Amino acid sequence: MNLAELAEKLSLKVLTYSEGLERNISGCYVSDMLSDVMANSRKDEIWITIQTHSNILAVASLKNLSGIIIVNKREVDEETLKKAASEHVTIFSSDLTAFEAAGRIYKLIR
Amino acid sequence: MIDGKKEKSGKGESSSSCILIENSCEIIGGDFSRAGEASMRLKKELTGLGIHEDIINRAGTAAFEAEMNVIIHAAAGWMRYTVTPEKLRIIVEDMGPGIQDIALAMKDGYSTAPEWVKQMGWGAGMGLPNIKKNSDEFNIDTVVGEGTSLEIIINILKGEEI
Repeated sequence: MNLAELAEKLSLKVLTYSEGLERNISGCYVSDMLSDVMANSRKDEIWITIQTHSNILAVASLKNLSGIIIVNKREVDEETLKKAASEHVTIFSSDLTAFEAAGRIYKLIR
Repeated sequence: MIDGKKEKSGKGESSSSCILIENSCEIIGGDFSRAGEASMRLKKELTGLGIHEDIINRAGTAAFEAEMNVIIHAAAGWMRYTVTPEKLRIIVEDMGPGIQDIALAMKDGYSTAPEWVKQMGWGAGMGLPNIKKNSDEFNIDTVVGEGTSLEIIINILKGEEI
């Protein structure tokens, strides 16, 4: 499944780098601890978090994650939105909770 | 592996090997907006060399955690790295508070980061253990009140081509 299909199925709003929507997702990682994501996430996973500051871009980029879903209707920092395109990171926002979003993704790709 | 002693007196054995990349980047303490710049530059350069992605992943993780430690705890620091066909050597040095108790700092979950840093999702006490996990060799040299120097070595050649 790619990000575009996922966005459609979960009604995600694309906030940044729509050029990346063709990218495939291999799984999902849910965490708000950035070191935990650095340690345990895997390439091409989509990351669910409520962290919105610009450090999430470096994490997603260094770990080759397919994208980030900001849940709970959280607003993303202006600086993060501005930098996302140059870091090639696709960010989505969602009204869902982390539990709901992860649950739906699990059903879709497992 | 972590002996807290300074063992580097020059580059020693690795200096005879062909150097593919040698670079350094400044890290400004407290500047979270530029966090990851040094590590992403390293990643880009390693990618350019066609190094295996598992090694790049380990290097990126170790470098970023070390970079974050400087940003969180120190006034300033720098990252230097040298890549030869055999190994990647990353040195991250800072002018920071130093580490009081290395064994304690290496313990998973132990953190001295302030609360607001924890709110950002950092300071989980996973940084140094993460670095160690991703290194083939890891040395900490620290003086309380002066600073810390980390040496991270990742072997590139394990019978594989670059």
